[in-house]
Amino acid sequence: MKRLRGWLLLAGLLVALPILFPDNYYVNVVGAAAALHAILTVGLNLLMGYAGQISLGHAAFFGLGAYTSAILTTRCGWDPWLALGAGLVLTGAVAYVIARPVLRLKGHYLAMATLGFGIIVHILLVQTGSLTGGPDGIGEIPPLSLFGWTIDTDVRWYWVITGTLLAVVLLALNLMDSRTGRALRALHGAAVAASAMGIDTAQAKTAVFVLAALTAGLAGSLFAHQQAFVSPDSFNFFVSIELVTMVVLGGMASTYGAILGAVILTFLPELLVVFEDYEVVIFGAILMLMMIFMPQGIAGGLRALMRWPRARTARTARLTQDAA
Amino acid sequence: MSDQILQFLLTGITLGSTYALVALGFAIIYNASDVVNLAQGEFVMLGAMSAIALSAGAGGLPLPAAILGAVLATLVVGLMLQRFAIAPAKGIDVVGTIIITIGASIFLRGLALLLWGKDIKALPHFSGDNPIRLGEVTLMPQSLWVMGGTAVLVLAVHLFFNRTLVGKAILACSCNRTAAALVGIDVGRMLLVAYGLSALLGAMAGVLVAPITYTSYDAGVMLGLKGFAAAVLGGLGNPMGAVAGGLILGLVESLAAGLVSSGYKDAIAFIILLLVLFIRPSGLFGRASAERV
Repeated sequence: MKRLRGWLLLAGLLVALPILFPDNYYVNVVGAAAALHAILTVGLNLLMGYAGQISLGHAAFFGLGAYTSAILTTRCGWDPWLALGAGLVLTGAVAYVIARPVLRLKGHYLAMATLGFGIIVHILLVQTGSLTGGPDGIGEIPPLSLFGWTIDTDVRWYWVITGTLLAVVLLALNLMDSRTGRALRALHGAAVAASAMGIDTAQAKTAVFVLAALTAGLAGSLFAHQQAFVSPDSFNFFVSIELVTMVVLGGMASTYGAILGAVILTFLPELLVVFEDYEVVIFGAILMLMMIFMPQGIAGGLRALMRWPRARTARTARLTQDAA
Repeated sequence: MSDQILQFLLTGITLGSTYALVALGFAIIYNASDVVNLAQGEFVMLGAMSAIALSAGAGGLPLPAAILGAVLATLVVGLMLQRFAIAPAKGIDVVGTIIITIGASIFLRGLALLLWGKDIKALPHFSGDNPIRLGEVTLMPQSLWVMGGTAVLVLAVHLFFNRTLVGKAILACSCNRTAAALVGIDVGRMLLVAYGLSALLGAMAGVLVAPITYTSYDAGVMLGLKGFAAAVLGGLGNPMGAVAGGLILGLVESLAAGLVSSGYKDAIAFIILLLVLFIRPSGLFGRASAERV
């Protein structure tokens, strides 16, 4: 039940927002975008935060899901839900195939390999014009409908995306408290010790990589139907970097931190728009400053802040002891 | 056909020389501080853009003076990056440093956008733009500048690390920072030198290649990524491996563009990089580092 407390709080907040602020652009549009990013970062955090494996190519899976939905619904006339399923199968399969060789790499080599994978997928999206529409992308993607309820307004999308987010968060929380989750955290702490304890590290890493890819694919399909338009630019190298930044900024190994990071980095450009030409410079400066002053992310910073009075008492006690 | 191949090879070596300089900068900073500096491409852009800005217009400086000014300006940016962004962030992991340098690269790109706008610009060719003909093969004089400049710089860096006290001190820092400090090496200053040197190499690469490839405020992104790829291909932390990695990447790209398709050249370069990593996880010339328990 304790596990559910944070989740219920989040659910309450997400339900309350559109009721408290009806027809608000920052809730219905930016809020939905933040929730979509949060689906991606909660998934990516399973891989980065818990299993300790960096991925600089996560936008590729987001793009694979989005493009599968876009292509199958517009060119082949598939039902959107069937296309979404196909998108999940494809992203899962691609992730499974590349997981083993990629996850054998460590540190900067892993960063480079995932980055390279992301760039390759992006180039394929741009170059295979007859299938993907090339740089112009694909438009007129039909909306999703749920039990005869067509999801075609901003507020309806808000409900679908936040509902999906809540489901993904619940899954992540339960996973991390399960046997697999403990295995993953052991892997992060000390891979050799974990394998000595009988954890199949390669299999655990592959599983979490595929799971992170699946959440990204799901987010991609939703994104395609929400925007009714996809183009390669939504899935390039910068998007991958942005997702990693969200996870780190929020505080790694914290599901709520990943959500917080997504919310902050989605709202930040909206707020920086007033600075016009200075927007890019300020964004870069904020990124640097946040990492310099809060290397543990916001969740880590808050945790340290909460521990601080206790840590100080302990230190004072030790000092008095030493003096005595 | 063989003429065509020769043409691709020449283009590839020119392109690869630029990558080699960027990758060399990556390797130097990585060796000295374990940081992969993703703002490395921005040094290339800053070098090229500031040389163009300094030499342009009626009151512009003559080309050599503009180049000197551009290289010095970029060097100062490199020093500031180390001093104000990398040094204050203590106890940070790989991902953290990657994000700081990405923040720095976004910051510098934004600054270039403010200063110079979105236009694509070119630096004049150093010694005219009449192509040199060798049978069926043509070569721009600027390509010779790129190859020659790269060769001189790589040799200079090699001598610096092997023959000078400062160079050896930096190598000592990269082997063991604590031990280096214990024998009286000012580690902080050596890190500054490493970042300065790396910025200088980037700026020189930018200035040399700008007449051929043109440049714009966002030209550094892809160059930085290619430089990173080249450094990894050669084996991170091996400066001469990085140079070799850069040349190989340039050749692969040029051959892929010529023989397969120019749209897929970057994809082919990265696919080859991935295959190399899958077979040799520490790069072509990297030491197979033993995993410590």
